[in-house]
Amino acid sequence: MSQQLTPTARGPERIHAVPVRYPGRWVSALVVLVLAAMAGHALVTNRKFAWPTVWKYLFTMPVLRGVAWTIGLTISAMVIAIVLAVLLAVMRDSANPVMRWVAWGYIWFFRGTPVYTQLVFWGLIAVIFPKMSLGIPFGPQFWSISTKEVFTAAVAALVGLALNEAAYLSEIVRAGLESVDHGQHEAARALGMKEGPILRRIVLPQAMRVIVPPTGNETISMLKTTSLVLAVPFNLELQFATTAIGNRTFQPVPLLIVACLWYLLMTSVFMVGQHYLERYYGRGFEPHGPAPTRPSRRALRQEAINAAHTTPEYGGVDDQGHIIAGGMGRPNGGRV
Amino acid sequence: MSTTSTDAPMVDMQGVHKWYGHTHVLRGIDLTVPKGTVATVLGPSGSGKSTALRCINQLEEIGAGRIHVDGVLMGYREGERNGKPTLFRLHPKEIARQRANVGMVFQRFNLFPHMTALGNVIEAQVQVLRRSKDEARERAVFQLERVGLGDRMDHYPAQLSGGQQQRVAIARALAMDPELMLFDEPTSALDPELVGEVLAVMRDLAASGMTMIVVTHEIGFAREVADQVVFMADGVVVERGTPDEVLSNPREARTQDFLSKVL
Repeated sequence: MSQQLTPTARGPERIHAVPVRYPGRWVSALVVLVLAAMAGHALVTNRKFAWPTVWKYLFTMPVLRGVAWTIGLTISAMVIAIVLAVLLAVMRDSANPVMRWVAWGYIWFFRGTPVYTQLVFWGLIAVIFPKMSLGIPFGPQFWSISTKEVFTAAVAALVGLALNEAAYLSEIVRAGLESVDHGQHEAARALGMKEGPILRRIVLPQAMRVIVPPTGNETISMLKTTSLVLAVPFNLELQFATTAIGNRTFQPVPLLIVACLWYLLMTSVFMVGQHYLERYYGRGFEPHGPAPTRPSRRALRQEAINAAHTTPEYGGVDDQGHIIAGGMGRPNGGRV
Repeated sequence: MSTTSTDAPMVDMQGVHKWYGHTHVLRGIDLTVPKGTVATVLGPSGSGKSTALRCINQLEEIGAGRIHVDGVLMGYREGERNGKPTLFRLHPKEIARQRANVGMVFQRFNLFPHMTALGNVIEAQVQVLRRSKDEARERAVFQLERVGLGDRMDHYPAQLSGGQQQRVAIARALAMDPELMLFDEPTSALDPELVGEVLAVMRDLAASGMTMIVVTHEIGFAREVADQVVFMADGVVVERGTPDEVLSNPREARTQDFLSKVL
């Protein structure tokens, strides 16, 4: 296995072949360059874009407050949705048939109606149920509160977004849970672990590998769905804030650009966060090592096998670079 | 399960049956494994030997019969209802407690891939036995060194060879201080040159007095280590005895047929 094909003083003759040419790449690059130049030209020279107006409003108070509300709504809605989604996913696979049907019904309803409609409904909840009370159905009430005080526009927007999102996320979580090898569950059970810790410590962390990428997608989608909360109506988030300025000043286009720039910045930041999350939950599935010269998984495995000195083929390399046999199939290389 | 040792055999299976729907996979298994002895179970694939093993620690629910481990009935509580003796199924939490006394090693290792070797061995000690992190780590290091992996503790399973992964799995089971170890074809998924290192660890374990039931195709291992060899086919025990009786002088035609194919 260490034998060279043509053992010469300089080692084997290396291949220096002429590489294959790909003219298509040059042509496509040229086409894209021309198109990009045209787009750039239009963006810069067309007066309708009104760039000075864009810069003027980019960092004004209503816009910045809109950005803050958009981020706040997105993150809090996603956090609530993720917690609910895990609960729903576990309920759907539960041995308890009542739980299964409740979860199914929830997903059926919240996926089956438009989020816009749901947001309008949450906005109207104080009209439909003026009072919320705790008591026995058809019986006495112990405690009650005016719905208007609890369901402010912000709360209605948050609840509407989170409940809708949970229905979608629960299917993602369920797919993640099902992607984990059944042997994992079995090994944990054989060790005497109970169902709760098995889910929390063994199954979910592995499912996260499958769950995180589409959830990142959902988060970015949520960032833009927040623009629909005007249905509640809630009017402090970015889309509403920029449109309002645009309408007031009769300059809708530059304010749309302001919104676009902020949305792009926010999605970019979320994408970076997603990258690190994926790396975290990918641990143990990708070999660890310095990034630039990362050896392949196969190479690492072979290295591990060799280092164990359990195979007779490989015992290390001597000072002349020759591979020596060793190991003799003893565990631990014969060490005590 | 009490920690006080009884005179009962470590494992006592009486008339165990198992059905999957209409398929009758175990047809009345009797098996007694005295404390400190090693039983190996041989047989063609589909003979029910893995299922029988999985019934012992209640990974499979049995359809008929009784299984006692160290004198304790597995999976059920004996009681009375309307004046008649009745079995009550144990709550999953109680079954989990019974399992903690029985270590199991799987054909496919089933290490937790998101934890290092050390993390794999620590986890159940903390979750099940409520040991402190420090104590669990100390015991994990001891068990990993015992299986010859003292220098691989911070590796993830994907960075270990099959033989090393299986040795981590053995260390993981041993860290729970089990009274009984079940091995379900522990070397069947290994490259041939890696089988030896796992068998060596198991040999040491048997020599230390651990009660073991090993489902295996390694006839050499059975001959050398087993106190009792059980040959199963079609869900029944066809023949049992010392390695010499079953492996060298099998009485039953089915045993002879099987051995002629694997030897």
